[in-house]
Amino acid sequence: MAEERRPKQCTVVLPTESMKAMAESIGVGQLQEESCAALSEEVSYRIKEIAQDALKFMHHGKRRKLTTSDIDHALKLKNVEPLYGFQSQEFIPFRFASGGGRELHFYEEKEVDLSDIINTPLPRVPLDVSLKAPKEQQKAESTEPLKVVKPGQEEEGSIQKGQGAISAEAKGKKEGLMRMKPRSTHELSVEQQLYYKEITEACVGSCEAKRAEALQSIATDPGLYQMLPRFSTFISEGVRVNVVQNNLALLIYLMRMVKALMDNPTLYLEKYLHELIPAVVTCIVSKQLCLRPDVDNHWALRDFAARLMAQSCKTFSTTTNNIQSRITKTFTKSWLDEKTQWTTRYGCIAGLSELGPDVIKTLILPRLTVEGARIKAVSEGPVVSNIDKIGADHVQSLLLKHCASVIAKTRPLPDNMEQYRADYGYLGPTLCSHVVKARAQAALQAQQVNRTTLTITQPRPTLTVSQSGIGGSGGSRSPSIIKVPSSLTLMSTRPGTPTQPSPPATKYIVMATSAGASSTQQVLDGSLVITLSSSSGSSVTSTVASATSTLQPLVKLESRAASGLGGSRPLQKYIVVSLPTSASSSLESKSGMLPPSSSSTSPISLEAGMKMDHTGCVPNGTLLPI
Amino acid sequence: MAAVQDGQLNLEVEKDIKTEITNDGSGNINANSSSPGSTSSGGKSKSPAGSGEDQQTLLAVLQFLKRNKLTESVDILRREAGLSADADDSPVSESAGAGSGGVPSVGADGGDANSLLSRVSIATPVAPPDCGLDSHGGLATPIYFHSSNNCACTVVAASGGEDQPDVNVVLSAYSQQGDPVLYPLYYNGLKKFIESVLDCHRAELSQVFYPLFVHMYLELVYNNHENEAKQFFEKFSGDQECYYEEDLRILSSMSKKEHMKGNETMLDFRTSKFVLRISRDSYQLLKRHLQERQNNQIWNIIQEHLYIDIFDGMPRSKSQIDAMSGSLAGEGKRDANKAKVFYGLLKEPEIEVPLDDEDEEAENEEGKPKKKKPKKDSMGSKSKKQDPNAPQQTRIPLPELKDSDKLDKIMNMKEATKKIRLGPDNLPSICFYSFLNAYQGLTAVDFTDDSSLIAGGFADSTVRVWSVTPKKLRRVKSAADLSNIDKESDDVLERIMDEKTASESKILYGHSGPVYGISFSPDRNYLLSSSEDGTVRLWSLQTFTCLVGYKGHNYPVWDTQFSPYGYYFISGGHDRVARLWATDHYQPLRMFAGHLADITCTLFHPNSNYVATGSADRTIRLWDVLTGNCVRILTGHKGPIHSLAFSPNGKFMASGATDGRVLLWDAFDDVELDDFTAATGHIHLPENSQELLLGTYMTKSTPVIHLHFTRRNLLLAAGAYNP
Repeated sequence: MAEERRPKQCTVVLPTESMKAMAESIGVGQLQEESCAALSEEVSYRIKEIAQDALKFMHHGKRRKLTTSDIDHALKLKNVEPLYGFQSQEFIPFRFASGGGRELHFYEEKEVDLSDIINTPLPRVPLDVSLKAPKEQQKAESTEPLKVVKPGQEEEGSIQKGQGAISAEAKGKKEGLMRMKPRSTHELSVEQQLYYKEITEACVGSCEAKRAEALQSIATDPGLYQMLPRFSTFISEGVRVNVVQNNLALLIYLMRMVKALMDNPTLYLEKYLHELIPAVVTCIVSKQLCLRPDVDNHWALRDFAARLMAQSCKTFSTTTNNIQSRITKTFTKSWLDEKTQWTTRYGCIAGLSELGPDVIKTLILPRLTVEGARIKAVSEGPVVSNIDKIGADHVQSLLLKHCASVIAKTRPLPDNMEQYRADYGYLGPTLCSHVVKARAQAALQAQQVNRTTLTITQPRPTLTVSQSGIGGSGGSRSPSIIKVPSSLTLMSTRPGTPTQPSPPATKYIVMATSAGASSTQQVLDGSLVITLSSSSGSSVTSTVASATSTLQPLVKLESRAASGLGGSRPLQKYIVVSLPTSASSSLESKSGMLPPSSSSTSPISLEAGMKMDHTGCVPNGTLLPI
Repeated sequence: MAAVQDGQLNLEVEKDIKTEITNDGSGNINANSSSPGSTSSGGKSKSPAGSGEDQQTLLAVLQFLKRNKLTESVDILRREAGLSADADDSPVSESAGAGSGGVPSVGADGGDANSLLSRVSIATPVAPPDCGLDSHGGLATPIYFHSSNNCACTVVAASGGEDQPDVNVVLSAYSQQGDPVLYPLYYNGLKKFIESVLDCHRAELSQVFYPLFVHMYLELVYNNHENEAKQFFEKFSGDQECYYEEDLRILSSMSKKEHMKGNETMLDFRTSKFVLRISRDSYQLLKRHLQERQNNQIWNIIQEHLYIDIFDGMPRSKSQIDAMSGSLAGEGKRDANKAKVFYGLLKEPEIEVPLDDEDEEAENEEGKPKKKKPKKDSMGSKSKKQDPNAPQQTRIPLPELKDSDKLDKIMNMKEATKKIRLGPDNLPSICFYSFLNAYQGLTAVDFTDDSSLIAGGFADSTVRVWSVTPKKLRRVKSAADLSNIDKESDDVLERIMDEKTASESKILYGHSGPVYGISFSPDRNYLLSSSEDGTVRLWSLQTFTCLVGYKGHNYPVWDTQFSPYGYYFISGGHDRVARLWATDHYQPLRMFAGHLADITCTLFHPNSNYVATGSADRTIRLWDVLTGNCVRILTGHKGPIHSLAFSPNGKFMASGATDGRVLLWDAFDDVELDDFTAATGHIHLPENSQELLLGTYMTKSTPVIHLHFTRRNLLLAAGAYNP
């Protein structure tokens, strides 16, 4: 066995023909066979000896490849003159030839024209040896997931970050042998530290004015990238803590920070999605986001976060990270789960709906029947908790809102109530009426647009008026945000709250404008959104309306139901922000859950339209108070 | 120098003998062919009996009887002789020595050479008093004489001393004794015997195989039995332990007597006895077997070429033997490892830390540490109390500390307080320095102790020095400029530097061959480099010029290293002799001879009193700088040793070899010599070595050439990027 392993070592000798050839080359002919054999054995032995010595030089030269210089050195050891002319490092300069029954290796010596050598341009001088040390120590990224919401996302984020780390680390990780080193920190200058402190305090502080400024700063300042990791951690940690404490207001502030970060064109968030996305998704689907789910309007936060999610999908989803499909899968999975609570269910549907009409068409419409049955069970069933009922209501209105616009566009005209019931079950009739309304609204809007020639002409402007406010309840409600990504932001503060003095009379912030052409038509084609924020005198305020928008600018008006038409609405803030284009146009009049507003919808839009007449004459950027 | 001369001398001696041998060889062959029927030669070979003269007579008679085909009488005589031979194991070499005494010149030369050699090499082996063997080595016979006659001796026994022209004809007639055809039979017989003995003895006795095989093969080759040698090799080479493969390859290429001349491996086998450790029981078993079989062929080889170290106790197991075996010349002898080694550290000189410095540190904690500090100092000096294992402070003269050295020591102590404690949970951070564009030419790297400089030795004969701190490398101004400097100014040290020469790296030209070893002096003023051209060069890092070229090694110098106290340095290379130098002597102070193959790496013990050398003969030797004696021979590696390291406390040593293993040695205390279960001398934990592995770090495409822990326990590594 052992013998098989080893080659027959002692038998390898040069063939006698080689001896003959060599003898001939130095002029000795007719060498006898015996002498050849003796010679070849001797020569083989000497060659082996030299090779062994040469190996020694190779080892000490810390190489794995034997070079001709090693052989030279070995010859030197034996006091033999080295073979000159074999200095090439890489190749053995022998050529092989055969013919006439002879085979031989020879050293090719070409005739070289000197002038050729002289005239050819010199090759580049090889670079000199240099020493290089890594600038930073290798660092390992923490893979501790912050949220269990989306483990897949976590993983991906860490991989993306880990790419920079040296493969050794990766290997160490795999083997579980390496202890993770603490994340190395990048130093911030004192100014940056101050800025960071101010901004974060303002963002979560109580002063709305300061917050607005801070958010604006985040959204516009270039050169924030150094603080980006800190912001990202701030947000994700903040969400983690405040979800547990059910602090709705802070969650809203944090989401607005996310929105602002996304709006900043100088920041590239992809590297921090692993922290941001779990935070956002938490705000969409968390079971409980506020202390009193029956009273507080956490639905708005879900809507808002869902819009953020949709926006980041649109911006960052690539074929490699597959954010959109993974998000969709996550939402769908928990939506399909029977045990999912209404709050989470709402979040999932909102998250899916925001991803666009295609998603609605393929994922939501087919499930309308099932969902309708569920809602029916709650709303018509005998014993249900108030919370469930509210949840079911919200889900219903959400479904109606999103599906109606899609159906209005896709379904052929005769809107037959019975047909709808057959198709969509319990929700069918309501849906039908919504669709009808939607169609009507679209037509109406088109007309209005034609009338409001000034600013928003070419594409039809869609005015969305949304009113919310649950009943006339509670003076103690905290101010809520209305911030609509991709459309508009309504801010309402409650003047009654002592801590928040109502904002000064007027304030215009022009955040972005597109092409600065003088013609207003061009200016406003799709890139301006006008946000009107009103602070109403009474206790109920605010909220959101959302509309998936289109090429047209959307204007959202917030008004209080009671005083909405009263003429003397103190509109206080106009924020003009840029509007990303999106592919669908929808017209949304109002959320169905508010009975009083339905009647006032068109007047408001009308009025808004007229207001637009007023404001519209302002060329790009500036906006006059109404 | 002396050793080299010795070597040449010996070679000449050997040559003389060999020529005689060859002259005689032809006659021998004829004799061989004339009596082909000498099948019982094995029996006849038990020649050595009685005193030299008796033996000769006896042999003559035997020869005569055989010639006359009186086999009966031969048998009788042989039996009797055999008994007497057993009773009195008079070493053959003695008779051979007596015989060769007829060649006075050879004997005298050999004796001289050997006395020289024995002075520098290992202490003469003394057989244990209870040893049944009358040890050959224990004789006053000069080693070299003995070695050059090794073959002759064997031949005296095996082939009847054909190579001794002056030995009487009777002996030469015994050339048939070593019938080549029988060698495999002998070997096989022994193999069968060993395979049949009890398990506990088998492992020990198997050790005999390899040296026997080698010597039998060499005998065959020496006697021009080329084909038999080849067959013998092919038949039995597969039986040998796999770690001897390298040697076997060299052996296999040797198929002619002429090849043996000047072959290093040959020389190794003949100049040194292969050392085996065998328990008394096993040895008795072997001896009895060989005597029963009258297998004098093997018996002679064992006596001539093996040194069997017999111990009382349990036979060792296979794994114990494997842990120790593998070197070119067997295990280290017990006696060789008996000398006391003072492995403790030297007392650190008392350095009064300047007060203002102290205040600086004390300020942080407002006076409180001021009280603490003296306490700490006293604590420090307590640890500096004379270690019982440490050598005398003045055992070897060490250079006096200069002011700059003291400053450096203070820095060192300060840094040491910031040292990070490393452990399995706290692995070191690593900084890797890559040499770019080195074109596979980087051969050696060294860091200074304070990690401020990196030096690289290159295959293109250059040495390059880099500064890795912002402080650039500057040269001292020329003499003319220096004379203009105000020598009284405070910053004179700064002024003597030439700002114009400031650069991050400097190239040192001077060698004429690849630079294989490189070492900074502890004070960072000098750099040593050793090269293929046989020189060691000392460079000044103030002027960036070569100060001395130490010539002594005539062959490539594989490694060199400064003493931790400076001034001394050690070098070792292809000539198998390690040399100890002092920077201000151009001739070596000590020469350490004893390795059987190239010295591949050299290292000073932290207390500077000892020097460790690793060699391609797969042993590590520890030498005493004071006496020049070898105080430890550490065996166990199965491949050439390529790196050595001492623990900072001087108690342990680690060695790495091409067999892919790292061995940790704890061999400097008094090894409990009789307890062989514990006396392997190195910690060998194959089962849990995986657990000992703390981390694996991959480079991209860069072989790691050098590693270095900074004073704060950051790990620096260096290598050439090799795409």
